[in-house]
Amino acid sequence: MKEYVMGNGAIALGALKAGVNIACGYPGTPSSEIIETLAKRPHEGLHLEWSVNEKAALEVAAAAAYSGARALVTMKQVGLNVASDPLMSLAYVGVEGGMVIVSADDPGPISSQTEQDTRRFADFARIPVFDPASPEEAFEMIQDAFAYSEKYKTPVIFRPTTRVDHGYASVEASDTYVPKAYDGFQKDAGRFVIFPRLSYKNHGRMEERNVRIGEDFSSYKFNTVEGAASEKAVLASGISYMYAKEFLKDHPEVKLIRVATAYPLPESFLLKALDGVREVLCIEELSPYLEEQLLKLAGKHHLSVTVLGKLTSHVPAMGENSADGVAAILRDYLNISADPAVNDTTDLPELPVRPPVLCAGCPHRASFYAVKKAMAGEKTYYCGDIGCYTLGNSMPLDMVDTCLCMGAGVTMAQGFSHIDGDGKAFAFIGDSTFFASGITGVVNAVFNEADITICILDNSTTAMTGHQPHPGTGINLMGHDAGKISITKILEGIGLQKVVTVDPLDLDKAIATVKECAAIKGVKAIIFKSPCIAIEKSKKKCTVTESCINCKKCIRETGCPALTLADGKVVIDALLCTGCGLCRQVCPVNAIGGDEE
Amino acid sequence: MNKDILICGVGGQGTVLASGIIAASALAEGHIVHSAETIGMAQRGGPVTSHVRIGADAYSPLIPFGKADLILGFEPSEVVRNIRYLSKDGLAIVNTAAVKPVTASLSGSGYDGTEMTAYLSSHTRCILTDGDKECQKLGSAKFLNILLLGIAAGSGDLGLQKDTLVSVIEKRVPAKFLEANMQAFLNGFEIGKTKGE
Repeated sequence: MKEYVMGNGAIALGALKAGVNIACGYPGTPSSEIIETLAKRPHEGLHLEWSVNEKAALEVAAAAAYSGARALVTMKQVGLNVASDPLMSLAYVGVEGGMVIVSADDPGPISSQTEQDTRRFADFARIPVFDPASPEEAFEMIQDAFAYSEKYKTPVIFRPTTRVDHGYASVEASDTYVPKAYDGFQKDAGRFVIFPRLSYKNHGRMEERNVRIGEDFSSYKFNTVEGAASEKAVLASGISYMYAKEFLKDHPEVKLIRVATAYPLPESFLLKALDGVREVLCIEELSPYLEEQLLKLAGKHHLSVTVLGKLTSHVPAMGENSADGVAAILRDYLNISADPAVNDTTDLPELPVRPPVLCAGCPHRASFYAVKKAMAGEKTYYCGDIGCYTLGNSMPLDMVDTCLCMGAGVTMAQGFSHIDGDGKAFAFIGDSTFFASGITGVVNAVFNEADITICILDNSTTAMTGHQPHPGTGINLMGHDAGKISITKILEGIGLQKVVTVDPLDLDKAIATVKECAAIKGVKAIIFKSPCIAIEKSKKKCTVTESCINCKKCIRETGCPALTLADGKVVIDALLCTGCGLCRQVCPVNAIGGDEE
Repeated sequence: MNKDILICGVGGQGTVLASGIIAASALAEGHIVHSAETIGMAQRGGPVTSHVRIGADAYSPLIPFGKADLILGFEPSEVVRNIRYLSKDGLAIVNTAAVKPVTASLSGSGYDGTEMTAYLSSHTRCILTDGDKECQKLGSAKFLNILLLGIAAGSGDLGLQKDTLVSVIEKRVPAKFLEANMQAFLNGFEIGKTKGE
């Protein structure tokens, strides 16, 4: 039966149809809903897990694939950086059962640190990559990906982008799940133990095999040519193909070439598609990958074709493509006049800016505020990390001086402590990020005698990506209670100078705790423990009473979105307020009451 | 039928449920549907949009500029932000109650949405409704999405049957809020019917 699902849901349904035996991942926008969908569908016999990070996920899956099982690994593009160590080696070793690594790219970027292009990672690792253009295609293509992986005994990458992951469409779904039968691991040290001699031999095999895969891909059904034979052609991939198709549906005289398998390049397919083409415009996102491949191809085969795209400034170097952006590029390329149907927007009024902010009542706001108050007047370094709490950078909190990548807050705070002995260095890290990549940094800091205060913002969930469980929350994706792994005990085991837990919403106590810890030399940790407001719904509300002198200190100091001005007076939006009481504790004249049910 | 509907507002206003109901209703009436949502960082109080595309002719998940038949606007400045999507004879259904961003409260810019509403009424075909006021009648602002959906249905520009929408709402809304949501839908339907003519 057809079911209307998100692209990530379609990927999950396709994997189930392929009889996937194990699925591991680490949450990251736009990839998180793949594992979540698997958890919601009938999957008796499938091992499912949110791994502690992407490297762990890939290694768990690799062992399953060595055993002949079908394995799925999911992550966002920056997660592939974390998993790159096992990936690069696994590419040499290969697999027995089909192994698909989904690495979701985020053009824009909308929710990421980088605009990196996973297709280049596939090329770098010398393994095939699939690039779906729609949820419907993703459903079919993930099944093909498993088949190719098994055929060539190599892990393959599946690279959707945000608009495919978060687009919705109808796919043929079934609730019948039949896991693939597999033989189990056959010991073979000459195959599964990576040594320089094996790598040398396999490197040659990979290069030889990739030529064959490129030939195989030349007849792959999602590498297509549409429209009439024309001297001016368009080449697109992924979602950009859909944008081009949307525009070219009114211009069937233009040839549209689509490449769904960027690596290994389907050379014979392209040579045929480019026959008679004098000029080709490449429309793709993130990096000019296909454009560069075409240039190489043209050089190799002495083709008389001009290649246009990002390298020639015909397509923007950065940012996300859109239906309109691509339409404008194509109008320019094909000398078609602008569409008169679009409203004139030259006289738009000035729009309010809406940067994302911490939710009303978010305990992270109180944690940042407590540190800010405790350290007022001191020289400080505030090292942030990846999660909702990166938003602690926004005004008026302004409590994030650095943010680099998962786990970097702890190690960068250590770096500042060595380079400037007078400053007080703080690391802010969430509970899920702590488990993902914070622990090794803490060990490094203790061993190398850092002087830092680590603030663990423990809201008992992975909030930014949609509230996934993690080792600190106990219940795993198999539905079993594995026992909560204690952050306190881990830190005590590492041997910190002090480990203390405090409720950030108890402001005075939180400030006193920060002052106390900051005064001690060495590595200290404060666990700010308070649940995410989205998982523990509060019915409490704060209200502004008549004693309000309208000094607006509550707004100026906390920046809570529930606090606004109506007719020049401070009011609390009852719909947003969770009664956290931070503004009540900030108010100089006790004019905020409530935090009652 | 080919119909492109853009839903816009601020993260947390309930736009995703509205787009889900429209998509499910169109599917129930036998149409091919594609939609796209804003998910991630922007959900934390940032601008959000949902694109719902009904009909076999839609390839891009995002509606091209000038092609939206209908904008369902949860916040006036968000409608203005997305006005390029609306077709020249398209309809904008606008909740005139502004959501003031923290930046506006901090800077004291005084943004209250009136300038946006004035722009919209002089530049587009639109139905303006104070959603806050309408929702107060129902006891909670949480019914804004269903109210706006009701207005869209009543205006006739949504192109979907009232009965279809009602039965989808019955399935999608938690039982204990169903009665109030139904009232919101019907109140909206009347507004849409009256103002849409």
